Amino acid sequence: MLWSFVIVVPVMAALGYVLQRTLIQGALDRGVLTTLIVTFGLSTVIENGLLQFFSANTRGIGSGLGLVTDSFSLGSQIQIGYLPVIIFAVAVAVLLGLQYFLSSSKYGRLIRAVADDSEAAQLSGADYRHVFGIAAALAFGTVALGGLAYGLSDQFDPTAGTDTILLFAFAAVVIGGLGSLWGTLLGGVVLGVAQAVGYQFFTDEVTGGYLVFLAVLVLRPQGLTSRRART
Amino acid sequence: MSAASQPLNPPVRVSRSQRNAIWTGAGALIVVLVLAYLPYIVYSGTTGILVQGLIVLTLASMWNLLAGYAGLVSVGQQAFVGLGAYFVLILALHGIEPIVALPVAAIGSGVVALPLWWLVSRLRSGYFAIATWVLAATIMLVIEKFSSIGGGTGMPLPGFAGLAPTLLSAYTYWAALAVTVVSLGGIYLLLRSRLGLVLTAIRDDETAARSSGARVGLARLLVFVVAGAGCGAGGAVLAISQLQVQPSAVFSVQWTAEMAFAAIIGGLGTIEGPIIGTVLYMVLQQTLASYNAWYLIILGLVAIAVALFARRGIWGLVDDKLGIRLFPVGYYLWPPGENPRGLLGVRRPVRG
Repeated sequence: MLWSFVIVVPVMAALGYVLQRTLIQGALDRGVLTTLIVTFGLSTVIENGLLQFFSANTRGIGSGLGLVTDSFSLGSQIQIGYLPVIIFAVAVAVLLGLQYFLSSSKYGRLIRAVADDSEAAQLSGADYRHVFGIAAALAFGTVALGGLAYGLSDQFDPTAGTDTILLFAFAAVVIGGLGSLWGTLLGGVVLGVAQAVGYQFFTDEVTGGYLVFLAVLVLRPQGLTSRRART
Repeated sequence: MSAASQPLNPPVRVSRSQRNAIWTGAGALIVVLVLAYLPYIVYSGTTGILVQGLIVLTLASMWNLLAGYAGLVSVGQQAFVGLGAYFVLILALHGIEPIVALPVAAIGSGVVALPLWWLVSRLRSGYFAIATWVLAATIMLVIEKFSSIGGGTGMPLPGFAGLAPTLLSAYTYWAALAVTVVSLGGIYLLLRSRLGLVLTAIRDDETAARSSGARVGLARLLVFVVAGAGCGAGGAVLAISQLQVQPSAVFSVQWTAEMAFAAIIGGLGTIEGPIIGTVLYMVLQQTLASYNAWYLIILGLVAIAVALFARRGIWGLVDDKLGIRLFPVGYYLWPPGENPRGLLGVRRPVRG
């Protein structure tokens, strides 16, 4: 189970590249509205496809693994599970890897160039479609890793992706600041703490996080880390 | 410079519509009258399905106004569907008849749209879309905290005790029809107004609209409020037709999926599009209802295909072939020597 990422991550990365080069690039060429419609349509198709073939039952993939359930004690009051610590370490490692890739590698430079000005990058000889594909492959691979971590630590059903995870991820990005890798990590931590603290007041894990998201949107729309005002 | 100051000779005629507008207006009136008479001649099962269709039509028309004209792709319109339903429930709990509460629910949803716009208008395109979704989720979570209106499980809608079932389904149907007619009529008049001109300009080219002095921000605010009120009215009809308000049902993102797909498939940026899209949606739903999730899979695939290959939807294809407008909201420019004529636009004018 735990090692399935060796297969899942590359497969998802390849799927990301193919989807980007075909469907999503086709939508991007036609404008923002088309891109939103196509990706929203895709999410509906995937969600209901999962519903059709795997039923609405809640499932988990971590059952039986000692690593998932075991924990160690910190002092006499605090219990920390091994799995959350490992997931956090993996998240930091992935961010370090992405940071290094974007700042130092050839494709990282290309991605930044295309993101800044795709026409100028194209004039300088960059094949922006291929670069978008690479970026999508990276994103899909990272998301696959996140999905595996979620599946190990929590129960899930076909709507888990859109009902909670997408909205959490979005809230984390907005809290941290758009376009900042480490801001996203900070946003994720802030969201997680807000959810945990909010649980004491609202008896659910979600409300506190969303309220912090709304507060950030009102008080600091550019996010916690970003200095630039968002346009 | 000189071309503008020269008098046009012979003059170009500008008209609001082709001659067929009278006929389509009369046709629309007849359709509404026939629809209004239906409860006397068909079973309540049929009007029940029509109520569903009218709700989807109202919602799809509102989503079309948002996405097709103002360029606002909202994935959180279920927030207003839910708010409309809960407004009716809360008023009914205070002894106000649900049918009377309906217009109040619509206005209330529109008023709530104002502060929500203040929040989400800070974000653009994809970020705007997901932010509206988070807002809808947050509103549902907040409403679930109040056990006096049913908490997380919801509660039945009071106020209809002692009403015969056939009468109730007829009232529900008339309420749904009235909401749809007012919504479509309102959108039609809105698009014919000055604001409509601004919205059409935004639809065609936002940058050009801005540089021509169109107040894009204000137009978007108004559209968001109108769409909030319209979706609230749809939600109010939903509550009356279900006789039950359940948070996870009225705040389901499926509402946005349905209204968006009906509008996209029919054709964004026209009034006629959502009508055709809704008819197609209802046919698909009724034929594929026994295949569970399949109809949403097929709907999603069709929406993707339409967005990629027929961007103006089914109505766009009809319009390209025949050049007709059932709801004339633009202006027609007639070259010298040609007169507006012909039901199917035998000579097609330059469209403005």
